[in-house]
Amino acid sequence: MTDPADLIVVGAGPAGLAAAATALAGGLRVVLLDSGTALGGQYWRHPPEHARAAVPTDDLHHGLDRYRALCKALAQHRTSGRLDLRLEHHVWSAVRDGDGFAVHAVDRHEAPRETAVVVRAPRLLVATGAYDRQLPFPGWDLPGVLTIGGLQALLKGGGVAAGSRVALGGTGPFLLPVAAGLAARGVEVVEVCEAAHPRAWLRHPGPLLRNPGKWAEGAGYAAALVRHRVPLRPRAAIVAAEGGERVTAVRIASLAPDGSPRPGTERRVEVDAVGVGWGFAPQLDLLVPLGCALTDGVDGNAVVAVDEGMRTTVPGLYTAGETCGVGGAALAVNEGRLAAASVLADSRATRVPADKHLAALRSAVARQRAFARAMALAHPLPPAWSSWLTDETVVCRCEEVTAGAIRSARADGAHDHRQVKQLTRAGMGWCQGRMCGPAVHCLTARRGAYEPAERLVATPVTLGALADLDEAPAGTTCTADTACTAVTACTAGTTGTVCTQASTDNGETDKECS
Amino acid sequence: MTRKVVVVGAGVVGAACAFHAASAGLDVTVTDRGPVGAGTTSRGEGNVLLSDKEPGPELALARLSRTLWDEAGQELGPDTLELEAKGGLVVASGAENLAALQEFAARQEAAGVRVERVDRVRDLEPHLAPDIPGGVHYPQDAQVQPVLAAAALLRAALRRGARFHPGEVAGAVTGRDGRVTGVRTAAGDVLPADAVVNAAGTWGGEVGRRLGAPVEVLPRRGFVLVTEPLPPMVRHKVYSADYVANVASSDAGLETSCVVEGTRGGTVLIGASRERVGFDTTMNTAVVARLAAQACRLFPFLRGVHLMRAYRGFRPYCPDHLPVVGPDPRVPGVVHACGHEGAGVGLAPATGALVTAHLLGRPWRGADPAAHTGLLPDRFLTPGGVPQ
Ligand SMILES: Cc1cc2nc3c(=O)[nH]c(=O)nc-3n(C[C@H](O)[C@H](O)[C@H](O)COP(=O)(O)OP(=O)(O)OC[C@H]3O[C@@H](n4cnc5c(N)ncnc54)[C@H](O)[C@@H]3O)c2cc1C
Ligand SMILES: Cc1cc2nc3c(=O)[nH]c(=O)nc-3n(C[C@H](O)[C@H](O)[C@H](O)COP(=O)(O)OP(=O)(O)OC[C@H]3O[C@@H](n4cnc5c(N)ncnc54)[C@H](O)[C@@H]3O)c2cc1C
Repeated sequence: MTDPADLIVVGAGPAGLAAAATALAGGLRVVLLDSGTALGGQYWRHPPEHARAAVPTDDLHHGLDRYRALCKALAQHRTSGRLDLRLEHHVWSAVRDGDGFAVHAVDRHEAPRETAVVVRAPRLLVATGAYDRQLPFPGWDLPGVLTIGGLQALLKGGGVAAGSRVALGGTGPFLLPVAAGLAARGVEVVEVCEAAHPRAWLRHPGPLLRNPGKWAEGAGYAAALVRHRVPLRPRAAIVAAEGGERVTAVRIASLAPDGSPRPGTERRVEVDAVGVGWGFAPQLDLLVPLGCALTDGVDGNAVVAVDEGMRTTVPGLYTAGETCGVGGAALAVNEGRLAAASVLADSRATRVPADKHLAALRSAVARQRAFARAMALAHPLPPAWSSWLTDETVVCRCEEVTAGAIRSARADGAHDHRQVKQLTRAGMGWCQGRMCGPAVHCLTARRGAYEPAERLVATPVTLGALADLDEAPAGTTCTADTACTAVTACTAGTTGTVCTQASTDNGETDKECS
Repeated sequence: MTRKVVVVGAGVVGAACAFHAASAGLDVTVTDRGPVGAGTTSRGEGNVLLSDKEPGPELALARLSRTLWDEAGQELGPDTLELEAKGGLVVASGAENLAALQEFAARQEAAGVRVERVDRVRDLEPHLAPDIPGGVHYPQDAQVQPVLAAAALLRAALRRGARFHPGEVAGAVTGRDGRVTGVRTAAGDVLPADAVVNAAGTWGGEVGRRLGAPVEVLPRRGFVLVTEPLPPMVRHKVYSADYVANVASSDAGLETSCVVEGTRGGTVLIGASRERVGFDTTMNTAVVARLAAQACRLFPFLRGVHLMRAYRGFRPYCPDHLPVVGPDPRVPGVVHACGHEGAGVGLAPATGALVTAHLLGRPWRGADPAAHTGLLPDRFLTPGGVPQ
């Protein structure tokens, strides 16, 4: 690709893939970046291309036809030079740059070597998805206790089952496909604990009736669980995990309507792995520092505020998929298309989708969003979940901050997770509060949606890669389709869009700062 | 005599003012629109430095403050502040730079700072780059955790009878003689006061204006980098000698000269840049890259270490880069305590003591108003009380 890109898409999950395909079909030049080794995101996670034959995962997937069609479309545009695909590129910052955006990534395809990469374009679409929302409980930091997203990623991305006797717990329909996937790989799923009661769905029947596809999907998983004799327990939760080197058992309790364990119902179940998931928290790290407005999502998370064309409040910045709230892969695909249609319209592209097509897309998104809202309302966090915690339960694993320490910070007047962080270090460690943030929010604020702390560095990056960025001559650019991995390979002054700086060890020639 | 004091701002400076004023028996109310330490105090690094200050009014305040931090540590427990006297090591980048540094250090020594010439810097810091020609060790340099320190000082003030009143200060209430009799909050409350201390940090200019006593306090943006946790690799606060030049400079552009130090949690802090860009909160990747490059030049092992987090804040600075501490001649009862730029954490206890001395009309805990006249707001005013 020798001409400047029109659009940068970060995230190659269902939303980002669909967005890139639509934008390319409309004639735009696109750079698509993802940290993963393969296209697909969380839903269509695959082993890296070279390992696919050895690790068959097709049977774990749904909607593979659509995935393959999207991949094929992208492959064609790659050949024609209009798509610059950058896998294993971890984006650590996105900033305004003149009238457009500069996206800073590190290329890790030769890990542990990291190469700083800067991509520029007038428009940016962030489709970074979401990650598992965690609630702490005694023993949740034992090896063998994973998130359901993590379990699923191991399975889909590497064909690995995390254990042979697994208990799953949390809330939400996404427990079911994970249970079904594990069972299909011969894992004994001893119990699936769903904190909500299925009756909760009946309070919002409208969206349910208007989304028959979702019904069918759910019914399919339910049938699979029956087939594999996996017991599904409503109104129950994993309230503790036990073990030494590794988890060996969980304690499961029935829940009262407020989510507190019913006295006398606790049972001990032996397991060798646990998966827990309490819905998802949107991955907003690149979006928040750009200043786009957030709004309260129904599931207790702040989500990106968008107009009906998926435009954020920052001109030129679009988003799609789980950054706008959790809603499943089909919604993410449609939002991706819709966002790209807006990009096409806003950049006055010659080939914009027909009005009729757009109207249909908008109504599909509205229908699927309504379903997502009903899903969130039917699967709330149990209000009294914190009654599972003892004062000694670790809430922030990285800094080993306990529930007791957080409660005492709260007594000292801290009323949100940011202040708790200052007083206790909760959220200051390696994960930067991505794991404990929602829980600390619940333990202190008690009201309002969880808004993640602003993270100026979206993913850890070596100081060496950053240092090389400083040492590269300003304004150096190079073309993206040439394998340009060293500063010297960049031709200054071309109108390319990508500038790559390699780690060099003789970069000691920096200009002095006065 | 002053009895009732309202301190506007519960940053580290306001908390220190409240601590000293309450200790002196004054009736203190602290007010802030947010929680304790949530302003610039939560954005600073917590260096308590003598090494970066040239002889003059700021160094005099810093020397007193260093002693008062030790006293606060004894009174409140060093752990509540995370007070650590780890010492500073300033290193030179070349022979010329080393000569300038040594000359600077000699002047500091004459002003009462303990300095030790270091020829083999790697004896003190084994992981420093091999080509560093030398440096100066400042054993008095220390650090505190700013938010914990502010919270501990405020808690101690409350134990000594002070009150905390959440709210945003909207204006002053003045008597017929023009003296302050109280402050008005945005919610409409009136807090009666014989004196109001403007400890609003970077917003001190605006609070001064609301109180009828405007002072010029401007924001100077700074980024700080935080690495992943490591085993201890950096023992002191290590700075390049051009830090000294930057602090005293008033150039408009970007300045970076990194200060590298290890923390208790194992992370390495790298700070901080200085830019005059108003309250612009946007991320500046070029600044972050520059800090990283400078840190890697000092400590080459950092090249392989991950940056985990970056944050930024806005230092409050006055046009002459000195804090403004003392009574405002235009509105009797208003006492300023703001504009500490990149040293407000270090200077907080002495500022609190000096403000208390002004309120009492006599020296307090080693702070004698007569010895710190260079910090008075008068320096910005003509004899008629008009800003110059
Ligand atoms: C356990 C589990 C089960 C599920 N089951 C179902 C189901 O049965 N049916 C259904 O419809 N949906 C299901 N989902 C939800 C589905 O996975 C999501 O709706 C869908 O993947 C969202 O698509 P997305 O494109 O918004 O985000 P994602 O698929 O999460 O894609 C985001 C992409 O962005 C990349 N990225 C993020 N940050 C960066 C960065 N800084 N730099 C570079 N790249 C970055 C990630 O690597 C990822 O590839 C399930 C999810 C989980 C976790
Ligand atoms: C990147 C960076 C690094 C730094 N490193 C260091 C360092 O290593 N060592 C050091 O000593 N200093 C350092 N500093 C500087 C130091 O952080 C500041 O000088 C210091 O925190 C100022 O404290 P303060 O109490 O005056 O201000 P603040 O902490 O900002 O407190 C002012 C308070 O006033 C309140 N307020 C404002 N307006 C009103 C109103 N109208 N009504 C009620 N309340 C109001 C605010 O809410 C705030 O809480 C650094 C600063 C930055 C940005």
